[in-house]
Amino acid sequence: MDTANRQLADLHIALVGVPNCGKTALFNRLTGSRQKVANYPGVTVERKEGGFRDRGGRRYRVLDLPGAYSLSPTTLDEAITRDVVLGRVAGERQPDVIVCVADATHMPLSLRLILEVRRLGYPMVIALNRSDLARKRGFRLDVAKLAAALGVPVIETVAIAPAGAEALIQGLAAFEARSPLPVVEGGGAVCELAPNRAETERTQQLVPQILAEVGYREPLRTRAAARADAILMHPAAGMLVLGAVLFLVFQAVFSWAAWPMDLIEEGVGAFGLLVSGILPAGALQSLLVNGIIAGVGSVIVFLPQILILFFFILVLEDSGYLPRAAYLLDRLMGGVGLSGRAFIPLLSSFACAIPGIMAARTIPSARDRIATIMIAPLMTCSARLPVYALLIAAFIPARAVGPFNLQGLVLFTLYFAGVLAALGVAWVMKRFLSKRTYHPLLLELPDYQWPDLRSLAMGLWDRVRIFMRRVGGIILSLMIVLWFLSSYPAAPPGATGPAIEYSFAGMLGRALHVVFAPIGFNWQIAVALVPGLAAREVAVSALGTVYAMSASNAALESALLPVISSTWSLGTGLSLLAWYIFAPQCLSTLAVVKRETQSWRYPLIMAGYLFALAYLASFITWRVTLALTS
Amino acid sequence: MSVAAHALPVPLTVLPRGARALVHCVLDDTPVIDDALHSTVGQRLIELGFVHGVEVEVIETMWPIGDPLAVRVRGSTFALRRREASAILVTLT
Repeated sequence: MDTANRQLADLHIALVGVPNCGKTALFNRLTGSRQKVANYPGVTVERKEGGFRDRGGRRYRVLDLPGAYSLSPTTLDEAITRDVVLGRVAGERQPDVIVCVADATHMPLSLRLILEVRRLGYPMVIALNRSDLARKRGFRLDVAKLAAALGVPVIETVAIAPAGAEALIQGLAAFEARSPLPVVEGGGAVCELAPNRAETERTQQLVPQILAEVGYREPLRTRAAARADAILMHPAAGMLVLGAVLFLVFQAVFSWAAWPMDLIEEGVGAFGLLVSGILPAGALQSLLVNGIIAGVGSVIVFLPQILILFFFILVLEDSGYLPRAAYLLDRLMGGVGLSGRAFIPLLSSFACAIPGIMAARTIPSARDRIATIMIAPLMTCSARLPVYALLIAAFIPARAVGPFNLQGLVLFTLYFAGVLAALGVAWVMKRFLSKRTYHPLLLELPDYQWPDLRSLAMGLWDRVRIFMRRVGGIILSLMIVLWFLSSYPAAPPGATGPAIEYSFAGMLGRALHVVFAPIGFNWQIAVALVPGLAAREVAVSALGTVYAMSASNAALESALLPVISSTWSLGTGLSLLAWYIFAPQCLSTLAVVKRETQSWRYPLIMAGYLFALAYLASFITWRVTLALTS
Repeated sequence: MSVAAHALPVPLTVLPRGARALVHCVLDDTPVIDDALHSTVGQRLIELGFVHGVEVEVIETMWPIGDPLAVRVRGSTFALRRREASAILVTLT
C-alpha cells in the first residue's frame, strides 16, 4: 500500500519545439492562466513557466522554452533552449522530462530537432501537435510506428481543443522526477554534443525515411495560400497592403486609444479632487493626490495603447502575416541592421515608446530586440506634441512657404530628425557593435491560419500583467520621488516666488542651469526639466508652475505663450525644440527598458546617449541661431 | 544517365520566380552568424532542409534584384536573402 501513499515529487517538464509548431498554444492549454512570465537572468529572453496538477494530485512545473530549430544555436534565444535542456543555466533546474512538441502537419523540421534531442539521452516524450489538422488533410501519422522508430513515447495532442492535452498529461504520469543535478555553468561537453555538418546531413537523410514509414504527407501549398502570397508578398501590391495595415495600427494606437486614455485621466483627476475635498490641505493630501493618485494614473493611462497595439500584433503574428511583412521590409530595415519585424514596435513608438518597447518582445532574436528597443524613444511620441505645439506657436511665425505652412514644416522636420537619428544610431550599432558577424534573415513564413481566440486573450492578459506588476511599481515609485523633490522643502513663509523654486527640484534645476546655460536654456527651463522627467508633456505644466501660473491645462498654454515668446530668445526656443527630439525626458520609458532588458545597463546607456545627442543638437541649434540672428 | 545528372550545379539565386530545382549542396564557406555560438549560415540551411536531392521551389522574389526571396522546401517556406540563398547550389530538373 505504500505505493498509493507515496507522495510523488513535482515533475519538472520543458517544452521544446521549432518555431510555429503550436508549442505556446500547448503550453497555454496545459497551464491555463497559471503562468509566470519573466526573463532569464541578464538577457532579454522571455522565460515562461506554469504549472498544473493531474487527477492524482501530482504537481507539474512546465517551462515553455524559446522556439529553436536546432540545439546548435544561432540566436541567444536558441542558446537558452539548449542550455536549459543541458542543465547549464544557473538557477534553472534541469528538466526531468523534455516534451518535444512536433507539428504533425510540418514534420520534417520537428523530426530533425527530435532526433537531435534524442541523442542527448534524456527522458523525453513527443507531443504530436495539430494531429486534428493532419487528419483533416487526409492522413494520420502512425503513432505506434513513430514511437517504435524513435524509441520514445509519442502522444497526439490538439492544443486548441479543450481536452487536447489530456493524453499527454496521462502519459507524463509514468515519469519520475530525477534528483536535481548540480548546475555546471558554462560546462558540459558542448562540442561533442553539437552534431557536426556531416552528422546533420546524415540525420536529414534519415528524416524522409522515417516519415515515409509512418504515413506522413507533405502539405501541398493550397491555391488560396498561393493567391494570398502572390498579393501580400508582391513587391508593389504587398507594400500597399502593408501600408494600409500600418496605417490602421497607427490610427488605432494613436486615436482609438485617445478616448479611454482621456477617460482614465479625467477619472484620476476627478478622484484626486474628491480626495482633496475630503482631506485637509497639507502634506498627506499632497502626497496622496499629487504623488500616489497621479502616479497610479500615469501607469494605467498606458493600458489602452498597450492593449490595442498587442491585439493587432498578436492577430498579425498568429495569422502568419507578420513574417511576410518582415520579408517585404527586409531590404529597408536590414540595411541599417534592424529586423524587418522592428517596424511595428517602431511605428507604435510614434504614439508612445512604452507599448513600442514592449512590442519588441515579439522580435525573435535577442540582438534585434535590443537594437529596436534602443532606438524606439527617437520616434516622436505623442507626449512631445504639447511641448512642440507650445514652442512652435511661440517662436515660429505661421507664414506660408510655398504651398506649406512654416509651422507645419518645422513640426515635420522634428519628426523627420527623430527618424533620421534612429536610422543613424541603428547603423552605428550595427557597424561598431556587431561587426564581423553576419545577421541572416532565414525567416520561416508559416501557413496562414485563423488566430486562436484563447491564445489571443491569454497573450493580451500577459502583457497587461507584466506592465502593471513590473513596470507599474517602478513608474509609481519614480513619480512619488519626483513629487517629493518638487514639493520639499516647502516655500518659507512670506516667499514671493512660486513654491517649486524653494524645493529640491528647484535647487537642482538652478544648479543644472550652469550645465544648460551653454545651450541657451534659462533657469526657468532648467527647473521645469526636473519634474518634466516624469513625462514629456509634464514640462508644459512644470513651466506653468515655474512662472507661477495657476491655470487649468487648457488655459495654461494660452497663458504661457505670451510670457515665453516675450522673455525667451528665438535661440532658446529652437534649442529647447531640438532638446525634445532626443532627450529621454520620460522615466517611464527608461523603467520599461529596465524591465524588458532585465538590467540597468541598457536604460543607462540609452539615457546617456540620448542626453548626449540632445545636448549636442541643442548646442548646435543655439550657436547657429545666435550667429544668424546677431 | 539522365540529362539532369549532368547539369552543372548553379546558385539558387539564378532561379526565377516559380522555378523548381533539386538541392545539390550547401557551400562550406558561409557567413558566421555569431562568433560566440560558432554558428554558420550553412549549418542552419542544412538544418532547415536544404540537403542533397531535396526539391526546392522559388515562390516569391522581391524587387528590384530578387532580394530577399521566398523558397519552399519540404512543405515549409523560408525567406532568404540573396547572400544566404547563393550558398545553396541546385541542379535544374
